[in-house]
Amino acid sequence: SEEVPYCPGTSSEEAGKSASCQGCPNQQLCASGATKAPDPAIAEIGEKLSVVKHKILVLSGKGGVGKSTFSAHLAHALASDGTKEVALLDVDICGPSIPRIMGLEGEQVHQSGSGWSPVYVEDNLAVMSIGFLLGSPDDAVIWRGPKKNGMIKQFLRDVDWGQLDYLVIDTPPGTSDEHLSIVQYLSSTNVDGAVIITTPQEVSLQDVRKEIRFCQKVKLPIIGVVENMSGFVCPKCKNTSQIFPPSSGGAEKMCADLNLPLLGQVPLDPRIGRSCDEGKSFLQEVPDSPAAEVYRRIVQSEFISISHITFLS
Amino acid sequence: CEAGSLAQVRHVVLVLSGKGGVGKSTITTELALALRHAGKKVGILDVDLCGPSIPRMLSVGRPEVHQCDSGWVPVYTDAQKSLALMSIGFLMEDPDEAVVWRGPKKTALIGQFVSDVAWGELDVLLVDTPPGTSDEHLAVLENLKKHKVDGAVLVTTPQAVSTGDVRREITFCKKTGVRILGIVENMSGFVCPHCSECSNIFSKGGGEELAKLTGSVFLGSVPLDPLLSASIEEGKDFAQSFPDSSTFSAISTISQTLLNSLQTD
Repeated sequence: SEEVPYCPGTSSEEAGKSASCQGCPNQQLCASGATKAPDPAIAEIGEKLSVVKHKILVLSGKGGVGKSTFSAHLAHALASDGTKEVALLDVDICGPSIPRIMGLEGEQVHQSGSGWSPVYVEDNLAVMSIGFLLGSPDDAVIWRGPKKNGMIKQFLRDVDWGQLDYLVIDTPPGTSDEHLSIVQYLSSTNVDGAVIITTPQEVSLQDVRKEIRFCQKVKLPIIGVVENMSGFVCPKCKNTSQIFPPSSGGAEKMCADLNLPLLGQVPLDPRIGRSCDEGKSFLQEVPDSPAAEVYRRIVQSEFISISHITFLS
Repeated sequence: CEAGSLAQVRHVVLVLSGKGGVGKSTITTELALALRHAGKKVGILDVDLCGPSIPRMLSVGRPEVHQCDSGWVPVYTDAQKSLALMSIGFLMEDPDEAVVWRGPKKTALIGQFVSDVAWGELDVLLVDTPPGTSDEHLAVLENLKKHKVDGAVLVTTPQAVSTGDVRREITFCKKTGVRILGIVENMSGFVCPHCSECSNIFSKGGGEELAKLTGSVFLGSVPLDPLLSASIEEGKDFAQSFPDSSTFSAISTISQTLLNSLQTD
């Protein structure tokens, strides 16, 4: 069968030995066995996050489809039940959008004896992002993979979340270090699954299918797919335009083909972008917008009980 | 096949953004088509390993790539060889297969790409990148160090969530010595085809503000245009299909401004 280009992971049996390792600068190091000792952090994280009831990853192969927007509003929606403890972790190391979207720009984290304290938006809604560690909005995080992985490990192991009902994890686009690390570091915990975000056009779907393959490979269950930017209704004449055309059938066809739940289709609404820019929840700002309605349905339906999870076999 | 790799490439322009989904690949494709429309020989190097979009946008499908004595032979979109492309997408057997690589392996492959493609004679080589400031970006720069990098075009949408990330990309350019050729604001307003009402779906004005804030050149704005999205989606040449559209006029102006700044170097 065709060799699949896949880094087996530095601690795998195949490290340095698999055909995919040819040409990798770390090949010798991995083959020597130096990297194979299990990372103690995995067990530590397993222990630490055992008090987190539900963990949800928000993924997309494609950038700019609304992962952070969805993650933030999912967190807001879950936290609207005052009896639930919710946290939002942003592992987009290069482009951390969550602080702005949650209205927390300029906040800093501090350390205590029990670890790093996240930043609280509400009493029951905590947030952590590398954005809080950067001194200025111009600071660039120019890190290679291993350093990004180290940061993610710290976020999972050293943040003092306390007991949580929900931990929502926002990710950068792609299938690389951040994604592999999150899955590996969470391997001793139970992860409910991933919500995959896309927009209707094939240019997005072609990347999203790769993400779905990634989930399959690492045995990460897929809760479902959300299609963002699904049509635009002109506020003046009320006609709908498909700005990002579903030329290959959109998320609906992709979900039908791959037997995945389509959790919802969120229309474009300029007020969503504005809310994100202003750090406000558009569920609160414009509760009667069709987009807000779809979000509420997504959160209330299959999702909140997380009793209905799809496995890709 | 052509001799040398970058020896006969007159100008190298990176297309960057801190933010995903702002239209780097779309703008790269459109600038390439506009430059070709203006009679230039153009190449595109697509180093987005996780999400290589350019092959679809140029309708080149999944051609086989092979090597000659001087390296990988790029894929040409036409018989006249006016537009050349090399993308990681060409090396993948299965288009739905994810490239799940960590940094070091990405770095190694990009090194090969940059140094070993037999581009031949080109006026402009555009390098499309994934979002961020990480392995891919450092790899491209390290490998291009031996040749000249004229600079980078930064793409943003008008929103603060986007310009917030692009500011960091600008810092990346300053730290790595990459000249900023200018900022392009994409998805700059949507004109309803039914009633002509303009909606600022992704906010307004961020691109120009960012240019002012960082002392960069504002190259221009490109509107949200369903005809452009459809062209990109179907891999059609927007410059040929809609040369009289205001969208193409905007892209053409940007490409001219870019060309002028490259040629006065």
